[in-house]
Amino acid sequence: MNGSRSPLRVAIVGSGPAGSYAAAHLMNRREFAVQVEMFDRLPTPWGLVRSGVAPDHAETKMVVDLFERTAGQPGFRFHLNVEIGKHLGHQDVLDHHHAVIYAVGAPDDRELAIPGKDLPGSHGAAQFVAWYNGHPEHRDLTYDLSGKRAVVIGNGNVALDVARILTKSTRDLAETDIADHALAALAENQIEEVVVLGRRGPAQAAFTTPELLALAHPPDVDVVVDPTEVALADEAPSTFSARMKAQILQEYAARAPRGRRRRIVLRFLATPVEIVGTEGVEGVRVARSELVSGPDGSLGVRTSDDTELLEAGLVLRSIGSRGRPFPGLPFDERRGTIANDEGRVIEPGTGRPLPGAYTTGWIKRGPSGVIGTNKKCAGQTVEMLLADHAAGLLPEPSHDAQALERLIRVRQPDVVDHQGWRAIDSHERERGEAEARPRVKLVRVDHMLRVAGSDIPA
Amino acid sequence: MPFVITRSCCNDAACAAACPVDCIHPTPDEPGYDSAEMLYINPDECIECEACVVACPVNAIYRDDELPDSLSRFEEINAVYFQQSGHGA
Repeated sequence: MNGSRSPLRVAIVGSGPAGSYAAAHLMNRREFAVQVEMFDRLPTPWGLVRSGVAPDHAETKMVVDLFERTAGQPGFRFHLNVEIGKHLGHQDVLDHHHAVIYAVGAPDDRELAIPGKDLPGSHGAAQFVAWYNGHPEHRDLTYDLSGKRAVVIGNGNVALDVARILTKSTRDLAETDIADHALAALAENQIEEVVVLGRRGPAQAAFTTPELLALAHPPDVDVVVDPTEVALADEAPSTFSARMKAQILQEYAARAPRGRRRRIVLRFLATPVEIVGTEGVEGVRVARSELVSGPDGSLGVRTSDDTELLEAGLVLRSIGSRGRPFPGLPFDERRGTIANDEGRVIEPGTGRPLPGAYTTGWIKRGPSGVIGTNKKCAGQTVEMLLADHAAGLLPEPSHDAQALERLIRVRQPDVVDHQGWRAIDSHERERGEAEARPRVKLVRVDHMLRVAGSDIPA
Repeated sequence: MPFVITRSCCNDAACAAACPVDCIHPTPDEPGYDSAEMLYINPDECIECEACVVACPVNAIYRDDELPDSLSRFEEINAVYFQQSGHGA
């Protein structure tokens, strides 16, 4: 055991679900005191719960009540609007803590390697999501919604989110916390059909059963599935969720379209081979495909020469996200994660742990799972950290909490603390109350700072 | 009237930890958890104590006769999971 009476000091970089669950695991320790210093580059916490979860999924966002309870405990401090890697380096952080946990997520869209992918009108879906959710770095993006059809490439839950948002009525959107600029833009939305392209079959669809079911509500949108594309080739799919998805898709396919104003078309075995256009996106060339079993039993896709052109004015690429290398930390290029072994950051060549450095969430394991998956993931990382602490592998930091506070104020005078975030939060909720919405988001950092710095809630 | 887990399930498994009869699966220690789309309540084992409802951070759990229309399908999904997965009876 470590004989020191001073608390275990841990910095957490990133305040999304992964970092917040890590904080909860640490703060819930009863054996010894833990001080958590949580950093985020934005003045607002909660990562993708704020900027990723779809605005019409209000229940999903209730998980922040849990995170707020952790953040409200003595021994927890927020340092928002402070970017590690810019205002403070990895070594600066280590000088003031026993350990640091990186929970910075996977912010980049994976690249789609087909001709025309960079034409105006072709956008990453993650950026579109960040735009309609009011992420300050993406609020100035513009999208041409004047065409009749949009094509979404990829069929994970993000693809279904954007398809739902593009087909929802303005009235329904206006009840959510969608960013005001997006609400205004979507009110002029001329899109009548959103086509979601999956390269593989219904049993291999990347979306989940709950999100597939959510497409059918509200019922003012037709969900269209071609029966020939969801007929199962041979034996039943092997997993419960694959069988469930295939079954629900066949039910959608059997339903006659009801002539609603907007429709979502779920396509399968349809591989985009080119985004077509001269000045901007005019359409997507799609090749019929079939599933082929590889020698090892894995399923691949064989693309045929049988192609069609889907005319479209907007293309959203949603083929997954990827972590970004973090300054000063080893990066696993293949997996797109910080190099780590069960949460301990390691030198890729030797496998030797980088003392005091840990990671959790998507930047640890890659972009998989749902919000609560991060609880188990963060639990594993915290176990490693505490084992190293017990083994005496985490030296006493050379500087204390007061020194940290001073350093932050010098490097980033616009730091936002918990009180500042509470001011932003109540300001947004009060504006929301006036419009019968959960909140009206501030989308500019300067506005956030003004509200955070004042004691006046409105 | 067993309880049913629905769309907003976040897999944090606070419900499974709170359940006194261990009828919520897969738990984080079980195979299949890492790839599970959601967690499920075994309707044959649920004793309707409501502990999971209190524990759930995202209001995903309803009594089966109080399911809103948009979530009605989840009653079948919870039950069929246990018929097909080998969990429970």
